[in-house]
Amino acid sequence: MQANNALNYDYSVAKCFTYATILFGIIGMLIGVVIAYQLAFPELNYLAGEYGTYSRLRPLHTSGVIFGFLLSGIFATWYYVGQRVLKVSMAESPFLMILGRVHFWLYMILMIIAVVTLFLGIGTSKEYAELEWPLDIAVVVVWVIWGLSIFGLIGIRREKTLYISMWYYIATFLGVAMLYLFNNMEVPTYFVSGYGKWYHSVSMYAGTNDAMVQWWYGHNAVAFVFTVPIIAMIYYFLPKESGQPVFSYKLSLLSFWGLMFVYLWAGGHHLLYSTVPDWVQTMGSIFSIILILPSWGSAINMLLTMKGQWGQLKSNPLVKFMVLASTFYMLSTLEGPIQAIKSVNALAHFTDWIPGHVHDGTLGWVGFMTMAALFHMAPRMYKRELYSKKLMESQFWIQTTGIVMYFSSMWIAGITQGMMWRATDQYGNLAYSFIDTVTVLIPYYALRATGGLLYLIGFFMFTYNMYKTMTASKAIASEPQNASPMAA
Amino acid sequence: MFHWLERNPFFFAVGVFLVVAYAGVVTILPDFMESARPVTGTKPYTVLELAGRQIYIKDSCNACHSQLVRPFKSETDRYGKYSLSGEYAYDRPFLWGSRRAGPDLMRVGNYRTTDWHEYHMLDPKSVVPGSIMPAYKHMFQNVADIDTAYAEAYTVKTVFSVPYDQPDMPTLGTYDEAKKQVMAEASAIVADMKSPEIKEAFQRGEIKEIVALIAYLNRLK
Repeated sequence: MQANNALNYDYSVAKCFTYATILFGIIGMLIGVVIAYQLAFPELNYLAGEYGTYSRLRPLHTSGVIFGFLLSGIFATWYYVGQRVLKVSMAESPFLMILGRVHFWLYMILMIIAVVTLFLGIGTSKEYAELEWPLDIAVVVVWVIWGLSIFGLIGIRREKTLYISMWYYIATFLGVAMLYLFNNMEVPTYFVSGYGKWYHSVSMYAGTNDAMVQWWYGHNAVAFVFTVPIIAMIYYFLPKESGQPVFSYKLSLLSFWGLMFVYLWAGGHHLLYSTVPDWVQTMGSIFSIILILPSWGSAINMLLTMKGQWGQLKSNPLVKFMVLASTFYMLSTLEGPIQAIKSVNALAHFTDWIPGHVHDGTLGWVGFMTMAALFHMAPRMYKRELYSKKLMESQFWIQTTGIVMYFSSMWIAGITQGMMWRATDQYGNLAYSFIDTVTVLIPYYALRATGGLLYLIGFFMFTYNMYKTMTASKAIASEPQNASPMAA
Repeated sequence: MFHWLERNPFFFAVGVFLVVAYAGVVTILPDFMESARPVTGTKPYTVLELAGRQIYIKDSCNACHSQLVRPFKSETDRYGKYSLSGEYAYDRPFLWGSRRAGPDLMRVGNYRTTDWHEYHMLDPKSVVPGSIMPAYKHMFQNVADIDTAYAEAYTVKTVFSVPYDQPDMPTLGTYDEAKKQVMAEASAIVADMKSPEIKEAFQRGEIKEIVALIAYLNRLK
């Protein structure tokens, strides 16, 4: 491991993406809290005229956290982890350095234009693929640059065997590339007809086919942005932070290939009882259940990595973040398959149980893991110890409370809503009008929004802690081997 | 057994891609043609309806409203006949939505009227007490983009052979013909509306977004 310290890794691009992660995290989550409160207090829809309604803001929240916060986080960790597991510094190749910078700035320009167009209501309506075709092309360019950066670094690597995290980064790159390209196939209308707005387009697929392609994309955007790269992170950062070797290499192999094969089938569970062919729906259901195996494979592999070392949960809040992330991963990968059972889905689909499910994955698993990763990187990148352990501890508990409030209120809200939609009176007539099923949820909406607010407050604590670490914390002489140094 | 794969990025990447791509090919392709076939009686959207549909998308109505009636008694009682694949043959993109913060709109044209929508979009609580839907007053100010709607209709006709200008199907024709048709359709909607501003604007030849949106909503049956 001496070679490790001899190399001077270049973190300039990783740092840029770290700032972007924090910036988009704040924007995306803030909008999330606003729209959550809008459901409970509709007057909040009128804060910014046309641009402040729930419906305009909702795509900004989803795209903001997925492609702003999380993608930045993935890129930040890639530019940190990639060099270290391949045992090569980016600085050894001027080409890769330039590529990294171009990657960052193009991505930032793209994100800013994306935010503006979504505010203006320019979009295709497809969830998590709202951007119009000129931006789609820009996304592809940014993505290809990232691919060049991955495979360029692999090309000059010293460590010949690709570490587990590398598999997942490669899979992220390939998976998203394929999904994004096919789901965003559209025809620009101006260039065919010569009329109207130049940036408008129409989908290549119609109706049921469009729905199938969209949820093949939509579900697997979850797979390849919310899951695969986060597993890449945890496989690097948990063993590194805790100083424990990964529990089982074979289990990691099995989980990886299992996840790759099974995930793409599961998209059909978004379309149960819709007009897509029955067999596609059933396949979606079945494969969603099978998906528990590779998902829990990774999660258990991580938890068993901590075997005999559970005391670290007490001494190191970063380990705590990662272990809870892993646990939330298990929770949401159990909850998802349950919702994918056809009879359960009949009740759960279209209700708030679904966003509830999404958020115990995103807040608990994705958010915690990303923040823990950045916390781990900070002392190594800035050569300073982490600013405050105490602050980190309070952040952990405030955010955990927020998540629990969020998903428990959404569970109750979703099931209430689903039951009321189907409830009948003694004569078999519908018992409730639709508005009854809305007004009954308002207390739960308020509770959910407050849970989200707690999480956002925790994110501000994270931001402050990171900022202080970068600027005011005590310098450290040599790079820490495992547990990140932190001031009380 | 496959240790060589973890040392060989090229074959590793190819392997991952094949394993990942497989499911999409197997689930989406076999029924592609079948799923694209329209049900008898389904017609493409007129240009004004398309303009309304674009406004529906612009304001992400689909963030809260689904357009998919599932085959359960509780749903058919509430919303009408369950959805058939062929009814969506001209929907580009599909607008099924993923959540019902508000009710399904697949067949809203069967039970709501122009003036109901007018009141509702201006002040939802005035017709649905307790509603949490925001008002969309800006739709009464902004002018509908008929040109882009025409562009879309022209594009799907040319590229995807959507049957405009066929017997029993909506006419599209040239841009000027389409424009005339749009004005005629819009005037019927405007006549049913109460707002003097909308009527005045229409006299000036302006079609506000709300008019196009209502044309679209009335068409959903």
